[in-house]
Amino acid sequence: MKHRSTGRILLALLVLTGLSACGPIEPWVKPYERDKLADPIMALDGDAVSTSYIQHVYESREGARGGEGAAGGGCGCN
Amino acid sequence: MTLRRLSLTVLLLALFSNGFAGVLPEDRADVLYHLYDGGGVEIDGPSILVRKKVGKSLSFVGNYYVDMVSSASIDVVTTASPYTEERTQWSLGMDYLHGNTTMRVNYVISDESDYDAQTVSFSVSQDMFGDLTTLTLGYALGDDLVRRADDPSFQRDLDKQTYSVGITQILTKNLISTLNFETITDEGFLNNPYRSVRYFDLTSDVGYSFEPELYPNTRTSNALGIRARYFLPYRAAIEGEYRFFTDTWDIEGHTASLSYIHPWGDWTFTGKVRYHDQTGAHFYSDLFARSEATNFRGRDKELSPLQSYTFKLQAAYEFLSDDGNDWGFLKKGKVTASINMLHVDYDEFSDLTALQPIGSEPLYQLDANVFQVFFSFFY
Repeated sequence: MKHRSTGRILLALLVLTGLSACGPIEPWVKPYERDKLADPIMALDGDAVSTSYIQHVYESREGARGGEGAAGGGCGCN
Repeated sequence: MTLRRLSLTVLLLALFSNGFAGVLPEDRADVLYHLYDGGGVEIDGPSILVRKKVGKSLSFVGNYYVDMVSSASIDVVTTASPYTEERTQWSLGMDYLHGNTTMRVNYVISDESDYDAQTVSFSVSQDMFGDLTTLTLGYALGDDLVRRADDPSFQRDLDKQTYSVGITQILTKNLISTLNFETITDEGFLNNPYRSVRYFDLTSDVGYSFEPELYPNTRTSNALGIRARYFLPYRAAIEGEYRFFTDTWDIEGHTASLSYIHPWGDWTFTGKVRYHDQTGAHFYSDLFARSEATNFRGRDKELSPLQSYTFKLQAAYEFLSDDGNDWGFLKKGKVTASINMLHVDYDEFSDLTALQPIGSEPLYQLDANVFQVFFSFFY
């Protein structure tokens, strides 16, 4: 019951934040100022086929996982 | 109740909408060859990824991936025999764009002689504040089956659930950043059915013996990652990344990396250094005091306290550019080659192949090279 109330309060806060965000916030970087961000060298995940592979290697060789996007399934244990 | 929560989430995301349209990923096909070589293990194979838009609001992606494994790793040579095997993985996904909301579903199936894995994932992304911010909520459900090659009757289940929240934020006209939080819960058979732990045994000639490892049946981990990429005053970029990891097995990890991306004509060069440091699992030991000394026990070197270092070099060459090509429907083509040199220092994992007296074995170190070569075609 307590969890439910907490969840409702959080939801209400999120809705209020969302509603207030719809109003006066102006994009501080205009679309015509994003030429550098659109350069391929600024792509955060330029080559998914390569990124997912190397993440799988790290997940197999280290005890940590997650926080960097999804990796493949399977074991690769030994 | 779940449907109601989902509806509320979608409603919430819709409230952030302000009329800008999102963008589907570009159409492309990648053909990759990968090779991992180190520590007595060689794994290579292809990966083929194809992505294609259908109409203005749908994009499909498919991936075929193979690992051909030849293993004589430190674990294998210590307690078992070298082996070869193959793992095949297929995935199919769909992106659906509506306004500035993108919904994704993905299904992955992986098959090897003694391990089957299936994962279904779903995510919703919302662009907002003039496309300066993208919020993504994700969920994945994995259903794995662990078997033993030498015992057809052995079958154990492993269920995985992943919850993720991510924000990508344009901070200035030169700087973009992402913040990702991911919780993963596992329930089922989590140890390797072949691996053993080592314990003191005075009746043995070498002073120790082995017995099967035994892990807890549950694990929950949390990871928080932050990444930022900055466009330098000349045409080049620099990226920094940090991740904090913690789990219910008492592993705590810190991972940091720094990359530099430098284009030069049709070439793009990338250099990266990465450092990872972690504590060990609470049930890990290199040498247990006696047989069945603790409720749970493991000697998987990846669960030992360790530090890993990676140095990456990559070169990409664009052999077909956007302007004035005569390759029919192809707009762009590039070839990329990279090497990741990985070095791992294990703080509590002895190299038993050194055949030194018990207690004076050197600590194991791993050196591995990871090669990738891939062709990418954009259409």
